[in-house]
Amino acid sequence: MSADSTPSKETANPAVDGSELIRFDHVTKRFGTNTVLDSLDFTVSSGKHVTLIGPSGSGKTTILRLLMTLLKPDEGTIKVGGQYLTHEEKGGKLVPAGEKHTREVRKNIGMVFQQFNLFPNMKVLRNITEAPVHVLGLSKDEAEERARGLLDLVGLTEHIDKYPTQLSGGQQQRVAIARALAMRPQVLLLDEVTSALDPELVAGVLDVLRDIAHTTDITMLCVTHEMNFARDISDDVLMFDAGRVIESGSPEKIFTEPEHERTREFLSAVL
Amino acid sequence: MNTWSWDYVGEIMPQLLEGLWITVQATILGSLVAFALGLVWALALRSPVRWLTWPVSAVVEFIRNTPLLVQLFFLFFVLPSWGVTFGPLTTGVIGLGLHYSTYTAEVYRAGIDAVPAGQWEAATALSLPRRRTWTAVILPQAFRRVVPALGNYVIAMFKDTPMLSAITVGDMLFQANSIGATTFDYMEPITMVGILFIVISYPTSLLLRALERRLVR
Amino acid sequence: MTGPLWQLFFEGVWITIQLMVYSALLAGTIAFGIGMARTSRHKSVRFLAGVYVEIFRGTSALVLMFWLFFALPLLGWQLAGIWAGTLALGLSYGAYGSEVVRGAIQSVAPAQREAAIALSFSPWQRMRKVILPQAVPEMMPPFNNLLIELLKGTALASLLSIGELTFQAKLARLSTGESAQVYGIILVMYFVIAFLVTRVMRLLERRAKASIGQKPEKAGWFSRKLPVEELETQIAAAGGNR
Repeated sequence: MSADSTPSKETANPAVDGSELIRFDHVTKRFGTNTVLDSLDFTVSSGKHVTLIGPSGSGKTTILRLLMTLLKPDEGTIKVGGQYLTHEEKGGKLVPAGEKHTREVRKNIGMVFQQFNLFPNMKVLRNITEAPVHVLGLSKDEAEERARGLLDLVGLTEHIDKYPTQLSGGQQQRVAIARALAMRPQVLLLDEVTSALDPELVAGVLDVLRDIAHTTDITMLCVTHEMNFARDISDDVLMFDAGRVIESGSPEKIFTEPEHERTREFLSAVL
Repeated sequence: MNTWSWDYVGEIMPQLLEGLWITVQATILGSLVAFALGLVWALALRSPVRWLTWPVSAVVEFIRNTPLLVQLFFLFFVLPSWGVTFGPLTTGVIGLGLHYSTYTAEVYRAGIDAVPAGQWEAATALSLPRRRTWTAVILPQAFRRVVPALGNYVIAMFKDTPMLSAITVGDMLFQANSIGATTFDYMEPITMVGILFIVISYPTSLLLRALERRLVR
Repeated sequence: MTGPLWQLFFEGVWITIQLMVYSALLAGTIAFGIGMARTSRHKSVRFLAGVYVEIFRGTSALVLMFWLFFALPLLGWQLAGIWAGTLALGLSYGAYGSEVVRGAIQSVAPAQREAAIALSFSPWQRMRKVILPQAVPEMMPPFNNLLIELLKGTALASLLSIGELTFQAKLARLSTGESAQVYGIILVMYFVIAFLVTRVMRLLERRAKASIGQKPEKAGWFSRKLPVEELETQIAAAGGNR
């Protein structure tokens, strides 16, 4: 376990030593007759920043939603930090996890959504403090202090007392990032976080994320169409097609000398 | 402690079914009044003439926001003193129909508003006369859309018919009460009336929901 | 109309308001309980709540009231008239209200629930902190309608000889014979109460919306909106194929 002083860690974190943090084991997900993920295997080491790329419908977002337990796999298992996510072991047998177990493992995971999904009934500050206070059990003061720090990080200190509807899309997304980080998750899932933004607001959000990627050791799993951003922050890039990883490697390798024909086609279409 | 007796239920059933027939009559006739009168209100409220829309909207709001039971009493006790005498059932049908016409008016309004503006424009472009625009273009499209909503008000009216027993209409509740008053056993008659209401209104509402889904497709 | 008659009416108004408030409290409790149960993850809970709604929406409030007043005593429970009235109105309008609650809960964007899951809120925290605060303002206009319907329903209690406004009017009619005047006056009284209830509900709606950073919509002079909101979506959907 490495000692670290970055702002994203305070709880003892077994996952900063490059060991395996996320493991998908033969995960299959179908919607009706459409198989979105087909016996998928992959692992992510802790502290890594992994970007998932691929044509739409290739199952990238499904992976994030499975990790967030918004979806359940039809087959296979998912482990986070050595613990099963949607299953639990009872008497040596693997059974579907109860709500309590799921919630316990889920606490290690945070997510930023395409559409921000801020709570419109809460002001900015409370959007950020609500879960730390009521899920993690922080005192109100601790949570507010943490929130102020994060709002400073995302550059929105002056908007602390506003409702989400009073903010621009880019500002809302930065609040959403702060809200996810306030839970001090080991893993941050980023689901096309800039796709719903006006073009001029994209840079501000990406700058914040770059900052977080470079100054913390939080593990990131990122679905994006911003290839430059992916190249900047990623340790690994996974290319998806038809529910499988068809190619993976460092951003240099994937973006400059892809091996697979489908990867070349995809990159020439988006770059 | 009283125990439930199916024999007793069997004895009173014919009388309750007689009441049910009155209940059904009141519902159907009341619906017809409500459908017709509601359309009159809806068209009057769309009139460009202020001296027409204002009083109509005042009357409609007044009727809609006051109890049907009191309106029934008003018709029942006041009309005769004005020299108008109707039987109890007729009075009840008028009361029900008048009360619910203020709701169906709103249904028609929404239905008419939902006809796309392009339909009005097309009718104008074809120089259709105003009356023809209404009868051939707007209303046929509006009616189609309002059927499920009107149906829901028919069910609501059906469930309000027991109020007519208060003005001596011989509906189901009236029959149940008169049975209870002679036998001193209200359990079976009133329970059966409640069950008959559910047995009729629940399948009807299922039917309406199915109709609604068909119209949605 | 003489002084004692006016006093009779005002006593009636007071009982009417009590009846309305008690029944509304009961109906509101049932509406939230059953309405939330109908969105439960457990099929059996949803089913039982559905049965409740269909039974109490399916029957007539007046028949229920008579049953509670005349039939229930035969099982050994004698209810005072005002409680039979309150119970019948509360049970019936609670069933209607639960549909409002369910609809409003379901109208909250699913993404809000997902965001709450992503922050590890428990199901109850999700409901209380995220879903309900957004659903409640949506409930206010239909609740206003139901409250007016409930106010109109209190007149039914007169048939159990409870001394509310309609019953007092009957006494006044019997003593004066002035039917037109008596019923005219109490109709206006009901209308005034309905108007005041609507104003209060509009105020509450505005507050509820402000508390989540929204502005209320404009409304007409009486400012009571019929359930045409649902109707309009229904109608718009039904019109889709023409």
